[in-house]
Amino acid sequence: MYRNLSVHQKQVVWAWAFLAIPIIFYAVIRFYPTANAMLISLQDWNLLGDRVWAGWENYDKLWNDPIFWKVFRNTFAYLLIGTPISLLVSFAIAYHLDKLRFMHGFLRMLYFLPFMTSAVAMAWVWRWFYQPVPIGLFNNFLSTLGIAQIEFLRSTTLALPAILAPAVWAGLGFQVIIFMAGLRAIPRSYYEAARIDGVSGWTVLWEITIPLLKPTIVFIVVFSSIGFLRIFDQVFNMTTGDPGGPLNSTKPLVLMIYQSAFTDFDMGYAAAQTVVLFLVLLIVSLVQLRILQDR
Amino acid sequence: MIAHHIRSSAVGATAALALLTGTAKAEVEIEYWQYFFDARVAAMEQLIENFETANPDITVKMTHFPYADYRTKVAAAIPAGEGPDVVQLFYGWLNDYVAANLIQPLPNDSFPPDMIAGEFFPMVSAMREGDNYWALPTAVRSLALFYNERLFEEAGIAGPPATLDEMIEIAKKLTKTDAAGNITQVGITAGMTAQDHHWFREVLVRQFGGEPYLDDYKTVNYNSDAGVKAAEFYVGLANEHEVTSFGFMDEPQAAFKAGRAGMHIDGSFRIGSLNKTRGLKWGVAELPANADGMKSNYSSYWVNAITTKAEGEKYDAAVKFMQYVTSDEAMQIWLDVVGELPAKPSVGLTEANANDEVFGPFIRGLAYANTTKFANESAQRQFLIDMVERIDLEGQSAADSVAAAAEAEQKLLDEYYN
Repeated sequence: MYRNLSVHQKQVVWAWAFLAIPIIFYAVIRFYPTANAMLISLQDWNLLGDRVWAGWENYDKLWNDPIFWKVFRNTFAYLLIGTPISLLVSFAIAYHLDKLRFMHGFLRMLYFLPFMTSAVAMAWVWRWFYQPVPIGLFNNFLSTLGIAQIEFLRSTTLALPAILAPAVWAGLGFQVIIFMAGLRAIPRSYYEAARIDGVSGWTVLWEITIPLLKPTIVFIVVFSSIGFLRIFDQVFNMTTGDPGGPLNSTKPLVLMIYQSAFTDFDMGYAAAQTVVLFLVLLIVSLVQLRILQDR
Repeated sequence: MIAHHIRSSAVGATAALALLTGTAKAEVEIEYWQYFFDARVAAMEQLIENFETANPDITVKMTHFPYADYRTKVAAAIPAGEGPDVVQLFYGWLNDYVAANLIQPLPNDSFPPDMIAGEFFPMVSAMREGDNYWALPTAVRSLALFYNERLFEEAGIAGPPATLDEMIEIAKKLTKTDAAGNITQVGITAGMTAQDHHWFREVLVRQFGGEPYLDDYKTVNYNSDAGVKAAEFYVGLANEHEVTSFGFMDEPQAAFKAGRAGMHIDGSFRIGSLNKTRGLKWGVAELPANADGMKSNYSSYWVNAITTKAEGEKYDAAVKFMQYVTSDEAMQIWLDVVGELPAKPSVGLTEANANDEVFGPFIRGLAYANTTKFANESAQRQFLIDMVERIDLEGQSAADSVAAAAEAEQKLLDEYYN
């Protein structure tokens, strides 16, 4: 049969044969578990016993769970504080680094290093930084100045920003590199034309650089938003013992999912939260793409 | 003649070969699973070696996992016909394991229930259902007060406190602060994240005249005068007496290990790691009594059970193995290697063990200990962590905070039991 095919048809067959591998991979590793998670969210399962049909019970429980709403707010706090700050800081660094020739490569490497460091190791080091005296770095410093210590992680208001700081710092290197690539892609001639016309530096930034960086900004905003919505490593490792911080003040959705699944063994409830997270990620990404894309 | 010789030796060799393969056939391998904890693995290796020497036809293969993965692996393996024939589980998980058909009851001819009831500490009765026990422990745990002998000496304190009031007085002498007013050495460690939630439930609430739970731990009962007083006492250690600080040095046991804490309440399983801490001179005392001399303690245990996967000769081998790991000999080995206390008074309360400087206070504590029946230990612990934080960080009154904790815990218990 294969022999009777035309050359074009044979090419199509081969293309599909090769494409089948990633398609099967995605079906088994991605789509099947995703569909299964959606199914489990409608069931009751403690990992040991049988799965029991529960209908919308898990979603109902979620809606009426005050901790879930607290966690929901925290998750958006990470997003709404983390994304703009990391965007501004990384742009500022990239903008100035781009103009710098002296030790350019070395500085770029320094900014990129935290991105390559394991989040777990970094979280534990920062956890130690934040401890009260006599072991905490920051508080020991305050103490030598005679200032009373600050309970960074044992505070219902300060704990979330304290955890966010290393998360922003860790992602900075990657965003700086992307911004610099974007800056390099802007044709020099635009700047030269602006200089000939005698336009101020501020206008150049506002009218040329930022508009032409839009695709880069869209990418970074979407990418870092998804990152902050899925924040887990930093929170989990900086608050083990009292997971999610004092009175759940730092608990993000992913940590709640983890706890429901692997400490409470309430797989159905965890799956329901996962579906909600999936929808949130989907909506946030779509909205951002819509707003930031060229119309 | 020679030919005959050759033939007979050939026959002999065949017979020997047959015998050899015969014994090889009779050999059974069973699997044992537990979670990874250095000393427990070492102790079990020793038990398996002794067991295999006594039963040359049985081999036991031990597999261990990090604690975090343990339950998931067990749950996935047994229904698939893989995994352990004998499995270790926390006493609080029994209901879940039974409901999921993961374990089978111990045969009552090899484990006569009345004999077990007579020989083991009474708390083990939670493993009994009718004429059978589901599972049995090798060792049990209780709490005691660890104290730093160097710091005691330095502050001129003669010995560990006998009562709660004495404990506060001693803790005051042991507390140090820096110029900015921060605590740099605590009199006593505090943190519901460690063992203090057990101390609160089963010890403090009772010592202030309450009963933490009713109805076989299905009804929360610490929302009472006693519970509020216990909470006030506990949070007062930090806020009123200022002899401790929550979150000091990250974890209570870390502060004690580093020599920055005068006293520390912890379980017998801590003995092993404290023994390895160089330069730390420590002693153990029974938990302080209340003003009337009333003492209480919390005990818990891990058990071993035969899984539903074990059948036929593997089942018989598993029964033999279970008999060995619950024997007096096994319990003494477990005590010597892990530091966990024998599950039978006849072994634990020997003259030598009960008067042991280190094990003694824990073993004496077992005599008046209570065992909380948890539905979900980490969630129930979280309620008490939150209770303290509401008082300490948000300034809520102890009465309101205790009431909120009790309400949340009751909701969880209702969901679990219904």
